[in-house]
Amino acid sequence: MSEFDVKEIQPQAKAPRPPRTDGARELLFGDLWEYAPSRESTDLVRLDPCYGHYVGGEWIDGGARFEVLNPATEEVLTEVQAAGPEIVDRAVEAARDAFHGWATLHPSRRAKCLYHIGRAIQERSRELAVLETLDNGKPIRETRDVDVPLAAAHFLYYAGWADKLDYAFPGAKVSPLGVAGQVIPWNFPLLMAAWKIAPALACGNTVVLKPAETTPLTAIWLARICEEAGVPPGVVNVVQGDGDTGRALVSHPGVDKIAFTGSTEVGREIQRTLAGTEKRLTLELGGKGANIVFEDAPLDQAVEGIVDGIWFNQGQVCCAGSRLLVQESILDTVLTKLRHRIATLRVGDPLDKNTDVGAINSRSQLDRVRRYVDIGVEEGAQMHRLACELPSRGYFFPPTFFTGVAQSHRIAQEEIFGPVLAIQTFRTPKEAVDLANNSPYGLSAGVWSDKGSKVFAMSRALRAGVVWGNTFNQLDPASPFGGYKESGFGREGGRHGLLPYLEIKG
Amino acid sequence: MTNEHDPVRKTYKLYVGGQFVRSESGRTLRQLDARGAFFANCAKGSRKDLREAVRAARGAFGGWSTRSAFNRSQILYRLAEMLEGRAAAFTELLVTLCGRDRDDAKREVAASVDRVFWYAGWCDKFTQVLGGVNPIASPYNNFSFAEPTGVVVVVAPRGGGLIELVSALLPPLAAGNACLVLVDADVPVIGLELAEVVATSDVPAGVVGVLASEITELVPHAADHMDVNAIACFGGDPELRRDLAERAAANIKRVAWFDERSVVDWLADEGRSPYWIEKFVEWKTSWHPVGV
Repeated sequence: MSEFDVKEIQPQAKAPRPPRTDGARELLFGDLWEYAPSRESTDLVRLDPCYGHYVGGEWIDGGARFEVLNPATEEVLTEVQAAGPEIVDRAVEAARDAFHGWATLHPSRRAKCLYHIGRAIQERSRELAVLETLDNGKPIRETRDVDVPLAAAHFLYYAGWADKLDYAFPGAKVSPLGVAGQVIPWNFPLLMAAWKIAPALACGNTVVLKPAETTPLTAIWLARICEEAGVPPGVVNVVQGDGDTGRALVSHPGVDKIAFTGSTEVGREIQRTLAGTEKRLTLELGGKGANIVFEDAPLDQAVEGIVDGIWFNQGQVCCAGSRLLVQESILDTVLTKLRHRIATLRVGDPLDKNTDVGAINSRSQLDRVRRYVDIGVEEGAQMHRLACELPSRGYFFPPTFFTGVAQSHRIAQEEIFGPVLAIQTFRTPKEAVDLANNSPYGLSAGVWSDKGSKVFAMSRALRAGVVWGNTFNQLDPASPFGGYKESGFGREGGRHGLLPYLEIKG
Repeated sequence: MTNEHDPVRKTYKLYVGGQFVRSESGRTLRQLDARGAFFANCAKGSRKDLREAVRAARGAFGGWSTRSAFNRSQILYRLAEMLEGRAAAFTELLVTLCGRDRDDAKREVAASVDRVFWYAGWCDKFTQVLGGVNPIASPYNNFSFAEPTGVVVVVAPRGGGLIELVSALLPPLAAGNACLVLVDADVPVIGLELAEVVATSDVPAGVVGVLASEITELVPHAADHMDVNAIACFGGDPELRRDLAERAAANIKRVAWFDERSVVDWLADEGRSPYWIEKFVEWKTSWHPVGV
C-alpha cells in the first residue's frame, strides 16, 4: 500500500500531542494512562482434537476434517468434520422425528428449556467469550460485553414467548412449521445461533443449524448447553461444514423452513434453490448502512457512533455504518475529531482486554478487504488509516477511511464487510436521503441531529429496516431486526421474530 | 324508426398511470361470454406495457405511501362507494361472463363491496395492532412500525370473478403499496371494469394499474423486473410458480403465495385477513436515546 499517498494517523499512545491551547476539548486517553497488556486467560477452554456433529442428541463423526484457525495467530485450534449429504439427512430425520413431541410438549416446559439455555449461557459466559474470541478473532471486550450476554438475553426473551403464543397475534391461530434449516455466518457465531434457535424452538419447531466453517466452535458448546438444559434429543441438531453442507441442508426435502443470515449473493442462490417448493424462507443479508451526521448533531457522540458503526467487530457487521454522510459545513470538524478518536484505538491481540479492534475472521476476508481498499484508491478516493503496528501473525487490518468518495465508487456501493469507511458529504436533508437510499441494500441507517423532528423525518424517509437516531449498532432481543430491498426479508427479534416460525391462520 | 336503443359497445383498455390506454403491441384478447359467444375485444398487455405500468407505479408510490393512513382509508372507503354504485353492472357481468346464478352474483358483488370496506378500515389500524413499542433493556425509545414494500405485482386468481380480484388487490393496496394487477386472458373484462371503479374513486393515478394478457406471457417479465419489490400470486400452475420464484430472486423480491380457493371460500370470512396486509409491508424499527 506504500505506493499510495495515504494520510496516516499516528496512534496517540506513541506520539502524545502537546496539550491544546485553543480551549477546544478533546479526548486524550493515550496521555492519561500507561498501556499495560491485560490478557484474558484461555485456561477455561479445553478443546478436543476433533469435533463431529450433534445429531439426535448424539455426537457423531463423519465427513472430511478441516482445520479451525485462530485468526489472531493463524494457529490451529482444533479440527472439525464437514457433513456430507448423509449426515445432513440424518440430522433432518432426527429433527423430523423430534418435531411432534416438541411441538405438542406443554408450552411451559418448552419455555423452561429455553430459560435454562439462557441461564446456562450466563453461567458459562466467560468460557464462551474466550472461546468465541479464539475462534472468531473479535476482541474479548466485545464477546464478553455484547455477543455472549445478548445470546443469553435472546433465549430468556423467547422463553417467555413459548407459553404465550396464543396472545402474540390477535385473532390468529398459530402453529409451528416443522423442521427449520438454519445457516448462520461467522461474524457473530454464538449470537446468530441464538437468534435462529431461540424463536424457532419457542414456536415449537425443531432445527438443524449449520454454523460457518471458520467459526464452528461456540455452536458445539451451545449444543451441549441445550442438552444439559433438557432439550429433548433431535430438537436441536448441529451439522458442521462449508457451503456444500449448507446447500445439502437448504435443498433437503425434509426441511420446512430455511432461515439464512449471510451475503446477498448466497441469499439469492438460496431463494432460487427454494423456487417451486413449499419451503418458507427468511433472509438476513448484506448492507451498506448510511450514517448521516447533520451540522446540528452532538458531534462528540456522533464521532463515538461513527466509530462504533464501522469499527465494532472490525466492521464485519451486516448493519455496519459503512457509509458516513456528513453535512458539508462540518466536514473538517468531523474529520479532525474522527482522526483524534481513531488515534486512540488499540488494534491487536483480541484476548487483550484493552483491545478495540481485533483480527479479521479469515485470510480470504482479509484479502477481500485489501482488494476493496485497492479499488478505493484506484477509483481516486483519498485513503486515511491508523499507522499502528500490527501483530506479525494473524489477519489484521488497521481502521481505515476514505474521503473524496463519489456515489458511483464501488467502495460506496458494495459491502466490504471490514474496517473501511467511505465518507461522503451532503448539503440538504433531501440530498442525504437520496444518497442513503441509492443502494440495493436497506438494512440499517443512522441519523445524528439534536433536532427531534429532523431525526424522525429522516427515520421515515430512509428505506432501511433499522434506523438509529443519535446512536448506532444497538441490538436487543425485544427489537425486530431485518432489511428492506436486497438486505432480505423477515424480522428477527421481538414479537415480529416469531412470524417466520409460525403458520398464521386468521 | 324504433325507440329501442342500440347500445354503444365499450372498448376495453388497459389501465396504466391513471389512464385507459391501448396496448403498444396493438394486440387484443377476445372476451367470450359464458356460453362461448363473442362479448368484447380487450387490449392485450405486452412486456413494454408492463414496463410502462411499473414506471407509473413507482412514480405514484412516494405520494401514496407517505399519505396519512387515515387519508388512504378514506380513499379506499370511496372505492367501496364507487363499487357499490356499479353493483348492477358487475352483477350482470358475473352472470354473463362467468355464468353465475343471478342471486350468487348479487351476493358476490355485495361481499366484494364489503371486502373493500373492511380493508379500507385497516389502513390506519394494522400498524397499531401488529407493530408497537419494544421494551428493550437499555435507555432508548424503540418502536416498530410498518411501511409499504413498494411496487407490488398482483397475479390475479384465474377464474376471473370479482371477489377474488378485490380480495387479492386490497391487502397490498391497504398497506400503502402501488399495485399492478395482472388479469388472465380468460375473463379480462372484470378486472378492466374494476379499473374504471378505481379511476373514479380518488385513488391517485398510477397507484393501481391493471393489465390484461396471457398470464404466462407477463409473469416472467414481472418477476425479472428489478423495480418490482413484491409479487402476490394466487393459485397458478406449479411450473409458473417455480419459474416466478426463481426469477424473483434477482432482486430478493418478496413473493406471497395464496392457495387457490373456491368462490365460496373467497366469500367467507376466511377469505380476508390483516395478516395478508402484513405480507406486503416492511417493519422499520426506530431507536433514539432517552435522556436529558
